Amino acid sequence: MLKNLCQKMFGRSLWVYHANSGGCNGCDIEVLNALTPYYDAERFGIKLVGSPRHADVMLCQGPAMRSTAQALKRAYEAMPAPKLVFAIGSCACGGGVWFDSYSVIGPVEKIIPVTYYIPGCPPRPEAIIYGVAVALGLVNKKTAPVEFKELELPIPRYHPDDLGGDGEMVVYEKAEKV
Amino acid sequence: MSLLSKLGETLICLKAGRVTLPYPAKAEPVAENFRGRPIFDAAKCIGCGGCANNCPAREILVYDVCQELRILKYLGRRCTYCGRCADVCPEKAITMSQEFENATNQIGDIRQQLDIFMSTCQRCGRCFKAPSLMEELKMKGYRFDDLQNERWVYRSQARLEGDPVVDDVAIELD
Repeated sequence: MLKNLCQKMFGRSLWVYHANSGGCNGCDIEVLNALTPYYDAERFGIKLVGSPRHADVMLCQGPAMRSTAQALKRAYEAMPAPKLVFAIGSCACGGGVWFDSYSVIGPVEKIIPVTYYIPGCPPRPEAIIYGVAVALGLVNKKTAPVEFKELELPIPRYHPDDLGGDGEMVVYEKAEKV
Repeated sequence: MSLLSKLGETLICLKAGRVTLPYPAKAEPVAENFRGRPIFDAAKCIGCGGCANNCPAREILVYDVCQELRILKYLGRRCTYCGRCADVCPEKAITMSQEFENATNQIGDIRQQLDIFMSTCQRCGRCFKAPSLMEELKMKGYRFDDLQNERWVYRSQARLEGDPVVDDVAIELD
């Protein structure tokens, strides 16, 4: 449903607003790199605007911090109604390396709802363009959770009562896997 | 003069041609030393938890749910792809892949979880690393099972008579 809505509402072009709420500028540089002619995000109609009131998409970089959380929330509320939020970088996705320090509240999803996550520290410009392409429905997302489970315990459990025979060679009569 | 410089700029621009990469249609190869998403190999992992101890973002979590099962969770949300877990892993079970296209709409999609069987010491009940081949050779007479055919058990009398050769034998005899 969200995908259909995105394709309907954002079919023409996305105007992005670039909100840094306390990051280290690494992700800013990668976002600006994605807008340069080398990667040329304007092929997809992506344009950087200076005000959240003009924007469809907010690119969040940096964790939500004590000093900037309210400003981030106000910028989000200033955007017109069909709006997307991209969390770019490890800080915006999960709080960053300094997630447990005093001034950091945590990921930006604690303050504003996030629709797409682009992890990386910083993510490559390709990764950012890939995230935008996923949001536009041009490509499918590649990630899925990986789980490995032990179906049975790999070594058998012996009990000395089940040992038969004598001498040096004894036979274990009841070899069962646990 | 100004016109000439403009013409020169035009020539430079024409010479450069098209530089834009056709990115989502056709991917460019990444650099050799680029570190992307870490991949955890459950077959090699011994569950020592060194990666969890060394992760600067504290993003690898270890849960001991019961005596013989250890759950290792990599959440990946705030992973900075520093590669310390791959450096510290004694079994080289973690490899830094070159996958960077991890954009997702659910943050749980970059999670990895391993359930690892842990051997426990019969005496003290704590987990230990399985002994290597050389250590097994040193501990003569300690093995009580045959791993090749799980049925035959070889019980050696070598350490029960005479003086103990290594200190471990004395501990075993207690």
